[in-house]
Amino acid sequence: MTAAGMTAASGDGPGDGPKPGDRLDRWITLEADGSATLHTGKVEIGQGLHIALAQLVADELGLPFERIHVAPVDTDDSPDEGITAGSRSMEETGLGIYRVAAEVRVTLLAAAAVRLGGPAAELVLAGGEVRAADGRTIACTDLAADGLLGRAFTGTAAPRPLAQRRVIGTSVGRPDLLGKVTGGRVYIQDLELPGMLHGRAVRPPGPNATLGAIDDAALRALPGVVAVARDGRFLGVVAEREEQALAALERARRSTGWDAGPDIPSIADPRYLVAAVSAETVARERSDPAALAGAVTRLDAEFTRPFIAHAAIAPSCAVAVLEGGRYTVWAHSQGIFRLRNELAKVLGVPTDAVRVIHAQGPGVYGHNGSDDVALDAALLARAVPGRPVRVQWMRDDEFAWEPFGTAMVVRLSAALDGSGRVVDWQHDGWGHGSGTRPSMAARPGVASLLAARHLAEPLAGAPPQVSGDLRNATPPYDVPNQRIAGHFVRSAPLRTSSLRGLGAHLNVFAVESLMDELAGVAGVDPVEFRLRHLEDERARAVIRAAADLAGWVPGERGDGERGRGMGYARYKDSSAYAAVVVEVEAGTEIRVSRAWAAIDAGMIVSPDGLRNQSEGGIVQAISFTLHEAVRTEGPRVATRGWETYRVLRFSEAPTIEVVLLDQPTQPPLGAGEAFTGPVAAAIGNAIWSALGVRVRDLPLTRERVVAAIG
Amino acid sequence: MTLGEDLPGMDPEAPVFEAVGFAVNGRRASVVVDPRTPLLYVLRNDLGLKGTRFGCGTGQCGTCTVMVDGRPQTSCDLPVSAVAGRHVTTVEGLANGDRLDPLQQAFIDEGAGQCGYCLSGILVSAAALLESNPQPTDQEVRAALDGHICRCGAHTRIVRAVRRAAEGARA
Repeated sequence: MTAAGMTAASGDGPGDGPKPGDRLDRWITLEADGSATLHTGKVEIGQGLHIALAQLVADELGLPFERIHVAPVDTDDSPDEGITAGSRSMEETGLGIYRVAAEVRVTLLAAAAVRLGGPAAELVLAGGEVRAADGRTIACTDLAADGLLGRAFTGTAAPRPLAQRRVIGTSVGRPDLLGKVTGGRVYIQDLELPGMLHGRAVRPPGPNATLGAIDDAALRALPGVVAVARDGRFLGVVAEREEQALAALERARRSTGWDAGPDIPSIADPRYLVAAVSAETVARERSDPAALAGAVTRLDAEFTRPFIAHAAIAPSCAVAVLEGGRYTVWAHSQGIFRLRNELAKVLGVPTDAVRVIHAQGPGVYGHNGSDDVALDAALLARAVPGRPVRVQWMRDDEFAWEPFGTAMVVRLSAALDGSGRVVDWQHDGWGHGSGTRPSMAARPGVASLLAARHLAEPLAGAPPQVSGDLRNATPPYDVPNQRIAGHFVRSAPLRTSSLRGLGAHLNVFAVESLMDELAGVAGVDPVEFRLRHLEDERARAVIRAAADLAGWVPGERGDGERGRGMGYARYKDSSAYAAVVVEVEAGTEIRVSRAWAAIDAGMIVSPDGLRNQSEGGIVQAISFTLHEAVRTEGPRVATRGWETYRVLRFSEAPTIEVVLLDQPTQPPLGAGEAFTGPVAAAIGNAIWSALGVRVRDLPLTRERVVAAIG
Repeated sequence: MTLGEDLPGMDPEAPVFEAVGFAVNGRRASVVVDPRTPLLYVLRNDLGLKGTRFGCGTGQCGTCTVMVDGRPQTSCDLPVSAVAGRHVTTVEGLANGDRLDPLQQAFIDEGAGQCGYCLSGILVSAAALLESNPQPTDQEVRAALDGHICRCGAHTRIVRAVRRAAEGARA
């Protein structure tokens, strides 16, 4: 396939990015100084997306990377591109913008050919001008002055050939790091507007709590307090100074008439899901009775994962102001248009009475409290019209109230025939689903935003989407008999939504653990066993590359303290291919000491960006897999701080090597979530190699490993 | 400052604003605040030094780390009164004018960060480490940063950047 023939991989939901018929200047505008501005609705969340998008535009327009700017993402100005999630940004927006840039280039060259005379093929576009063979030049801004780029995008222009790429495929560094290492005003938390007040939402003690009488006069009398807002069981305070808002928050938490309400049903063992009422979805069913008749050995296994948290480094933050009947909200949401629509719904105002402007926040890794806090800010801004209110959630608010990644259970049953081939694969998975972002369920009376369910006239929480639990449930291997079923448990003890990898974390852990077990039964090296069941050459290549990088020895076994294991997946069956070998040291702690990884994310736009995302994804997956679990106690979430919700520390972080397999003529593939599942599986397989025990309940703690040894 | 008996109807928790003087990044600062106010909020909201960032409010994540008289300390749980008359160094104080500290440059060169929110505190701790131990081992860097949380998983790059800065200083 050539670059011109690239098509976007299918994602979930309608595709984002430029569509035929859009004005070219909806996406790319040329500035008087010869630079260009890229307009996108996709947001920068620390993943380096805007850098990669700018690289694509730079090459097509013949400009240095530094001369491509990305316009602020703002509902009043930017294209609506849904949400920045699901590893789809490069596949859809990236590829689309690349083609818009190509069309801008071709359009400029055609116009220049008329103005300068002579064929377009002899003209060169570079540095903000078009140059003819005889040295005459014309500035791009002159060419575009009469609305040239107002014409419709057709998608027919081919990007420049490989040999002409200068910026794509090179590491341009991270220009954003300068502000981040010098303490600049980089984040939404640092936004300061004239007359800005500080607000805090006083969250109930637990999800089922009710609020009786409160002495709001006493709260109002506290130093600096400007307003106390109450609507149902939503309570908030606004003060002149931040520490005054904190003092009011503390007083309100202590003194108000909260009734904690009934206990949260126990989540300590995720197997409660299997006994719950559920609805079945069959993702795949295929049958080959002749192959099944050859089955001689069957393995069954059950895998579980607890609820886990996004646990962003800082709690969510937003700033809002109500002026002239219109709300302006600064938010670090991953979907500002959907947030705008839902804010309007909850506030009871027309959509155009809300403007949302994106501001960068700390990394979120999915849907955390960053949308919810925007509603808190708007509700408090409503209490003090004309004055901006900055709301910062407290650490325990974020841990207790963010929507979690769902607990899950997976039961697998697989059979081998006499030749060591897998001939049957049965998957049953249980979970509460994900995808409860704002406006994902556009039904009346339903809202995603947390405070909406606490108002006097509450909106029901958005129903989760089932499909996330089935992500990567279907094994990537060639198996003639398959039944892959998900069991969606609608009634959830805690709010759930999308967390990096969704169901792929447990599903890939389960699939790849069982593949290792089957390899053992078949008496075949696990790397070789995978290759025997895979036809996709790109899949085979990443597995081989990771094994080679690790110096994998066929048939290798651990020594009772150390061991190595592999995990592989192609995220969503449509995004990047990823394979990883990890080394586990089982001493006083279970620790991943090294990781060797390979990734094929199609055309590599930003090599160091891809490497950075891969390394970070590996480290985060180790943390999910070894340490993380949300716990409840009676009516409340008990894991409310870093001492109770443990994540991977510097002393535990592994040495990581990543090899990038470039496919310069293939479309770019989403890579941000590629390693979540493979790393979990590789750890489980390495523990088996080291110690000869299988632990199938996440997190893989020392206690569980010791219990398995018996 | 000593107080007599509270007046009738007075809230014993009500703040009494006081002047607190200290040095920040080599410059004198004086603020009139409730002396119980955490140093973090004084730096951010009174002195406009937003580089010191809020993470947890309980000294568990390291995000708000500053140096007090050269020693790293979390500022979210440190009353401003505790730094009266002392020297505070924030991430803004690491560079010398427009010239980046070698540590900052090493973080840029290694691409050591994703969202970057944790970096202010990490840089301050790393600077304090290199001050007392100019050639730390990998283990020593990890130990010095173990009180810091990085959720994006940039740990490996961060450790490499600190060691790069140390090696650059030796060269």
